[in-house]
Amino acid sequence: MTELFSAAPASLDPYVPVVGAAEVEELRALATPLEGLTVDMLNSTAVGGGVAELLTRLLPLMRGVGLEGHWHVMEADQEFFEITKAFHNALHGSAYQPGPCDFEIFREYNRRNQERLPLDSRFVVIHDPQPVAMIDARNGAHSSNWIWRCHIDLSRPDPRVWSFLQPYVVRYDGAIFSSPEFARQLAVPQYLFYPSIDPLADKNQELEPEFVAGVLARFGIDSGRPILTQISRFDRLKDPVGVVRAYRLVKRYFDCQLVLAGGGASDDPEGSQVLSEVNEAAADDPDIHVLELPAASPLEVNALQRASTVIIQKSLREGFGLTVAEALWKKKPVVASAVGGIPIQVIHKHTGLLAHSVEGTAYQVRFLLSHPEIARRLGEQGHEHVRENFLITGNLKRYLTLFLHMSDWNRS
Amino acid sequence: MTTATQPFQFATAAYLTCVENQKAETIAGLFHTLEQASDAAIFYHTFQSLGRYHFLTEGFSNDFAQWVLASHNQPLLAERLASIDVRDYVSIAELRADLRRIISEYSEQHVQQARQCAFEPFYFCRAIEVTVPLPWDARTLAGFRAGVERMSHASFYHHFIASRLRLQLHTNDFSHWFATALGLEELANRTNRIDIYTNTLDTARQELIELVDREIDT
Repeated sequence: MTELFSAAPASLDPYVPVVGAAEVEELRALATPLEGLTVDMLNSTAVGGGVAELLTRLLPLMRGVGLEGHWHVMEADQEFFEITKAFHNALHGSAYQPGPCDFEIFREYNRRNQERLPLDSRFVVIHDPQPVAMIDARNGAHSSNWIWRCHIDLSRPDPRVWSFLQPYVVRYDGAIFSSPEFARQLAVPQYLFYPSIDPLADKNQELEPEFVAGVLARFGIDSGRPILTQISRFDRLKDPVGVVRAYRLVKRYFDCQLVLAGGGASDDPEGSQVLSEVNEAAADDPDIHVLELPAASPLEVNALQRASTVIIQKSLREGFGLTVAEALWKKKPVVASAVGGIPIQVIHKHTGLLAHSVEGTAYQVRFLLSHPEIARRLGEQGHEHVRENFLITGNLKRYLTLFLHMSDWNRS
Repeated sequence: MTTATQPFQFATAAYLTCVENQKAETIAGLFHTLEQASDAAIFYHTFQSLGRYHFLTEGFSNDFAQWVLASHNQPLLAERLASIDVRDYVSIAELRADLRRIISEYSEQHVQQARQCAFEPFYFCRAIEVTVPLPWDARTLAGFRAGVERMSHASFYHHFIASRLRLQLHTNDFSHWFATALGLEELANRTNRIDIYTNTLDTARQELIELVDREIDT
């Protein structure tokens, strides 16, 4: 086990122009009773993936308001990660045939990590299923609070995997889920923490119009005509071919362009197959721009979102779908499928429009293109919705509130 | 300027949302689950949705109405549920009874629609409130005004909306203080009439500041 994070605390001051001085003052007021308390956060990877990205930003802010936050990462070999990858897929509903030693290997790596690191902070937050058995390391006195933060959708888990993990989960003091839909019926309290975006990150920060124009020029996109955009991996569950079909229905009425931008095609055989299908569906339409972006292209994604007239997220299944929050933060009108965490972000007719089919998606896009004033209002309200609920400052606030609650703050 | 008999202590409240083990998939199911749901869950989906979505000033009233509209496409029932004004209630029992009465009346007249499955289930949640005093209080209207200007949305919501059930009165913390600590009954009444459905928390706060300014000027 390695402690990754001991860098300088990050100040909340840069967030004042974004969320307001009152919100920042309130965060500091909430943190005051917790000053000096220790927090251990543990996950399975230091780079790549949303959890590592979140912890990279969250821990410095936690330290900045006076908590002693530590980030640890599991150490394990390939055999462990192959098993946990299979667990991950099985928890999302895929078929799973466990090997004879899978569960024991899982336990063994958790045991080794327990020996490497005493997780003795006042609050211990274990992220996702890989380190869930670390609860065995909890001391008998229960002088600390252990929390399991589940970032994945557990609504339809493989019963064998879930029945293996559940006895660990119920020994925690609470479990955190990203959506009520993702939660399970458990005997421990289940808290709702939305995933969050960082408004100061490259993917979300304000951009100069010249930069946005430059990105459009580089990809041959015309800034003078409506741009419909879906940002997502080339994955069938994101239904990019369905987006092309919806675009064609819109195109009968509006001289618009479609941008499908994302990664996942070069290192994933299924991704490249989906990309071929999308290119085939696009045929030789010069107004369809299929952009395979490198993994680290946050500024390009940001620019494409900011240049868009309407953002689409026509997923067939979805986790939380934070690309929706990214679009809303940029005050863009969004048309999205009512799946996964999307309806939490898109409050139908208030912060965007929901659809259930190709035809419905096309209709809602046409509606927005015909009513720019409504599109603008949805974008403005979507921006406020993100400010209130899906920013990293809100995530910090939820952790502070949870720690206060678990410290019996209001009962002391 | 009048000095209050008791200072107004500004506080902020943060909310921890808990997922309850209850959900409804039909309008009829909502009727039944509303009977079993905790008071905290009813509070969360009515009073607290006003705070969570305060920036929506048109057509959003509570989570139940929004679900009936977005997941059932039943505008008639949605409109009736949305017409519920939480300011009329000082107990969750009364609010629960009215929600169930409206749904029951609708279900009797629209039997088929009441049994149709929603696009998305309604998941019951509740919130745990954690309050923390802010490092300032007010003893005069001028001090109060300065304090209100510094408040966050959560703090304003805590004093102006959530307080109604805490006080078990048709009022809020601000009006209560104006009336009891400063003897300003008229200001208390005018403050209590600020419309929390057609205002955002920011515009409601601005209205309050304007009322206080007028009182200071007189």
